[in-house]
Amino acid sequence: MADSKLLQGNEACVFGALAAGVRFFAGYPITPSTEIANIFALELPKLGGKFMQMEDEIASMGAVIGASCTGVKAITATSGPGFSLKQENIGFAAEAEIPCVIINVMRYGPSTGLPTKSSQGDFMQARWGTHGDHAVIVIAPYTAREAYRETGRAVNLSERYRIPVIILMDEITGHLRERVEFKREDVVRVVDRKGPTPGVPYLPFEDTKDLIPPFAGFGDGHRYHITGLIHDETGFPTNDPRTIDRVMRRMNGKLDRYRNKIVKVKYVDVDDADVLIIAFGSVARSAEEVVRSMKKAGKRVGLLRPVTLWPFPDKEIRKAASGKKAIIVPEMNLGQMVREVERAVAGEAPIYPLNRIDGEFITPHEISDLIKEIL
Amino acid sequence: MDATHKKYLRMDKLPHIWCPGCGDGTIMGSFIRAIDKLGYDKDDVAAISGIGCSGRITGYLDFNTLHTTHGRALAFATGVKMAKPRLKVFVFMGDGDATAIGGNHLIHSCRRNIDMTAIIINNNIYGMTGGQYSPTTPRGKYATTAPYGTTDPHFDIAKLCIGAGASYVARGTSYHAKMLTDLIVAGAEHKGFSVIEIITHCPVNFGRRNELETPVDMLLWQKNNAVRTARAEKMTDDELDGKFVIGELHKADVPEYVEEYDRLIERVQRGDTDRG
Repeated sequence: MADSKLLQGNEACVFGALAAGVRFFAGYPITPSTEIANIFALELPKLGGKFMQMEDEIASMGAVIGASCTGVKAITATSGPGFSLKQENIGFAAEAEIPCVIINVMRYGPSTGLPTKSSQGDFMQARWGTHGDHAVIVIAPYTAREAYRETGRAVNLSERYRIPVIILMDEITGHLRERVEFKREDVVRVVDRKGPTPGVPYLPFEDTKDLIPPFAGFGDGHRYHITGLIHDETGFPTNDPRTIDRVMRRMNGKLDRYRNKIVKVKYVDVDDADVLIIAFGSVARSAEEVVRSMKKAGKRVGLLRPVTLWPFPDKEIRKAASGKKAIIVPEMNLGQMVREVERAVAGEAPIYPLNRIDGEFITPHEISDLIKEIL
Repeated sequence: MDATHKKYLRMDKLPHIWCPGCGDGTIMGSFIRAIDKLGYDKDDVAAISGIGCSGRITGYLDFNTLHTTHGRALAFATGVKMAKPRLKVFVFMGDGDATAIGGNHLIHSCRRNIDMTAIIINNNIYGMTGGQYSPTTPRGKYATTAPYGTTDPHFDIAKLCIGAGASYVARGTSYHAKMLTDLIVAGAEHKGFSVIEIITHCPVNFGRRNELETPVDMLLWQKNNAVRTARAEKMTDDELDGKFVIGELHKADVPEYVEEYDRLIERVQRGDTDRG
């Protein structure tokens, strides 16, 4: 990556993924994520990687999992309707612990909705879109620079913990083209999934101390079984209640065990703030502007920005909320993250949601007007 | 059980879950003998399946095995083969799996022509869920969701695949087990996407409701109604009415997808991207 580049959020995701070692993309055209497929189609062959335009969203997710089963790092990109269609296979990846990354560039509305307009309406779906208890990680970049870095991190988290990772971007972040100054901390390290230990019999879903079973690629000499059925340590289906309980707790327990390595939160002037804004994605950019302008006006406003949305940063929010006069939760939906904030804050401070659902950007003025009203 | 079968089975996973009289075990046997004839190393074989009775075949086979979601086996297999082309990929699906919920993946796999073999086990019924009619249940037959007989027309899987562009299509039965082995071998050796449709029987959930009381009745039905390609060529449409043709039905020389994509990579890496 050059030191400085004009990049769109969607574009930045691709380069972040490639830097992390992604060599397979399968997808289906859908607005507003199409640039991601277009650029992968252009870039992957240059690196000897493969791009596939599949017959539908479901097949794209299936092909990504299939590629990952051979040990190749794989990714897909979509938006609302496609994200809904992918959910069953995302559940498969969660249950079979197959590393993969899904980029969802959010548009507004259920069904076909508003294909070209922005939204944050998939906050809950990203975590709970597929059926059953399952582990997924959700990350929300707010600039092109962060889209690059966080997509790289998403690939690495997925490889390290064998958990599907979702990059949840709103259309504004996806399409906004901006100058990105790459710094040293933007360099994406390459993390590979842990392989079997030579000389030790391979147990594909071993209940290891670190909760992460070693991964053997198809064709690498360890013949084993992968299934979406609840399975034991050998990978074969089980109906034994004790085994089911053990393996499902291990699998889902990875999120708790590695929570602090997964959760990332950014703070702006939070400590001495009277009012705390909690926002992610493009809304956080408006919120940053509010923090700046209010500071000039002598008002103490801070911003807590979850970069990792799931696992939800409860502890960080609870700590930051303590003693605040008000907590503002602006989001481009009818109030999804605010429910989690309420749960985390647990009555420690009054919470004010601010919701916009007309496909338009939440402006700094809307947020500062609400703050003025409260104060 | 002889050494050949033992070599390719996960013996500790037996006995299998299939009902007495089911055709799936016979088909698995034919497949094992085909792999043995082909001489593939077990580490190089990937067996991928969907959901249903047929989907359980992969659990018993000592290869790299992947039991996917309902209807999506071909989508997963596409990723496996593209990412690691040296693997020999076989995909097991049932009739509902391949032609109802997975119909889109089937026709597009035929069109794409990736070098792998789809084995479609057609017993004309959803067996595992208790005998609901499928896209291959003949009109008028009975099922738990067709208590008065189906009103749905049915798919001819082989014709569907030929129409969609599959470069190799054959049909066998679980009665003609030796022939089935030969068809699987020929399909695997064919460069491109090959489809082997297998007419088989579900005595519990199809036969019992459709006047084929025992597994033997169902096997005899296959024997009596299957016509080999050479003989079928000499028969009139009237004579073939109610019968089905078995053997190699279609073979074409079509560019194989993975090789085509590898050529594209080579071209891009050479910088030869001039559209001419």
